[in-house]
Amino acid sequence: MAFQFPKDTYSGSILEIAVGSGDGIAKVGGQNVMPLCNFEGDVPNRALVAMEVYDNVAATESWTAEAKAPFADVIGDPVAWAKKCQDEYGAEMICLQLASTDPNDMDTGADEAAALVKKVAEAISVPLVVWGSESAEKDAEVLSKVAEVCDGMNLILGPATEDNYKKIGGAAIGYGHTVVAQTPIDVNMAKQLNILLGNLGVPANKIIMDPSTGALGYGIEYTYSVMERIRLTALKQGDEKMQLPLICDVAKYAWKTREAGISEKEEPGFGDLKTRGILWEIVTASDLLVSGADILILRHPESVRVIKKVIDDVMA
Amino acid sequence: MKIYTIAESINIMSKTIGPAIRERNKAPIQQMMEEELAAGADMIDLNLGPARKAGDEMMKWLVETVQEVKSDVRLALDSTNSVAVEAGLKVCNERALVNSIDANPAYMAARLPLVKNYDADFVALTMSEEGIPRDANERAVALSTIMIAADELGIDHARYWVDPIVLPVSVDINQVKSYMEFLPMVCEIVPGATNTCGLSNVSNGAPDELRPILNQVYLMMLFNLGQESAIVDAYDKDMMDLCQGKLVEDTAFIKKMQDGEAVTATTDREIVLEKTFKALNGDVLYSHSWLED
Repeated sequence: MAFQFPKDTYSGSILEIAVGSGDGIAKVGGQNVMPLCNFEGDVPNRALVAMEVYDNVAATESWTAEAKAPFADVIGDPVAWAKKCQDEYGAEMICLQLASTDPNDMDTGADEAAALVKKVAEAISVPLVVWGSESAEKDAEVLSKVAEVCDGMNLILGPATEDNYKKIGGAAIGYGHTVVAQTPIDVNMAKQLNILLGNLGVPANKIIMDPSTGALGYGIEYTYSVMERIRLTALKQGDEKMQLPLICDVAKYAWKTREAGISEKEEPGFGDLKTRGILWEIVTASDLLVSGADILILRHPESVRVIKKVIDDVMA
Repeated sequence: MKIYTIAESINIMSKTIGPAIRERNKAPIQQMMEEELAAGADMIDLNLGPARKAGDEMMKWLVETVQEVKSDVRLALDSTNSVAVEAGLKVCNERALVNSIDANPAYMAARLPLVKNYDADFVALTMSEEGIPRDANERAVALSTIMIAADELGIDHARYWVDPIVLPVSVDINQVKSYMEFLPMVCEIVPGATNTCGLSNVSNGAPDELRPILNQVYLMMLFNLGQESAIVDAYDKDMMDLCQGKLVEDTAFIKKMQDGEAVTATTDREIVLEKTFKALNGDVLYSHSWLED
């Protein structure tokens, strides 16, 4: 008798969510199996790679030369940067980081930020993720304004947290956007925030979960475990509140590790700095991919190329 | 259902009792103890916390103060200061409960001789110097470690009140389940021992108004697995009613679910019980809104 793969069975499936608008619409989720278990069921959509674009040059000042080089001609011009990522580097989404809106940074106002978001959104065809500065109060103000100014564009707005989900969720409902629900590496809190957003009236197919990223060497195993539990709860226990796609903000956390940025002079044993940061991002991203990420936010074009290849292999 | 209750409110951390203990003011303490006894408490816990400064005098005074109200009251002596515990043991009229002893060698060396010398009961807390046990096996290891040390002193197994350590459902459901897995093993590891628990920790972190239902349902589930005693808030009337076997319908409903019988929740109360049972049993992922789930 021929060998047969043992197959697990699942009682739930992840919601398929459409993001973006017009010709650039993209779908994530829809699978009814655990990651890498494509042979057990259906995986209708690939995981997608989003590339970071920063709203202000200041955010890139601490980057390594290698991280900056691919964007040397566009840093400081978010529209050109986004287009370059889309057209040259194969970004399947753009993630516009509104870092300068942080009250402890430049405290850029909501109107100015929203106007920039609109310009970027209009310049690209791929879906746009808009990420706040992770200052709960300011993000509520900025992302509400972004939602209004970009009415109907079905952006992905986040992160919404326990502290600001009402404003961000409310604006997303009002203007037809998708919300990123972010919780601090905790499966119970993740469910709670989904319930709260649901009670507010955000439809389930307008929520993407961010379990919070621990980079390689900085708690990735916790993120991995939480994502695994989220998926098991969704698929094995059939918990509808957890049947949502997952987004992982890889770039920020991978590139700010000591290993990704320290010079060869200071740490000769760490090897070539040029490849080290990229490798750190690739390994972090591939770990999160196999733990269930549906959208990965990356920084370097080389990481994007490799991770897209990994996704090709996973889907083959 | 009957659970032996240890009332937890006489505690140095309390806003009223703390100053009363420090000022040697008997009235508020004696009043609280009368209220706890009137509510049906079987034992009174006297919690002095670390009691680093003159803990011995404080514990002696406290024991004598509560014994003035009821000379044969059973008392749990709760302090990390072993000198204070011994001072209390010297003046207890009835057999006292030393709360607690874990598998930390220094702690066992300081406390197990007290248990032996004063023929006291003790809470055997299933943790070690390495911290909170991660599963049922580590609980068993800690309890065995305590037993080896206590056996050397010839302490009777009937003196043990094993506390498998209740942990919050909002933090880790696996710990909630590990407790339930371990509890039936207690009588195999230490035949003749009883058990107790700091029940309300299961709802730590949950919304305040919803904590009682988690505490109640968990205790019903634990009772079915052999729980005999719990440290509880004697002012929580529903909890005391439950411990005294008055919530007959609730306990029968939980028992059915625990036995795997199909149930249909019809009343609002049954719906609440069923949802809470499922969250505590790990059938459904807990969230703070589990009743709306």
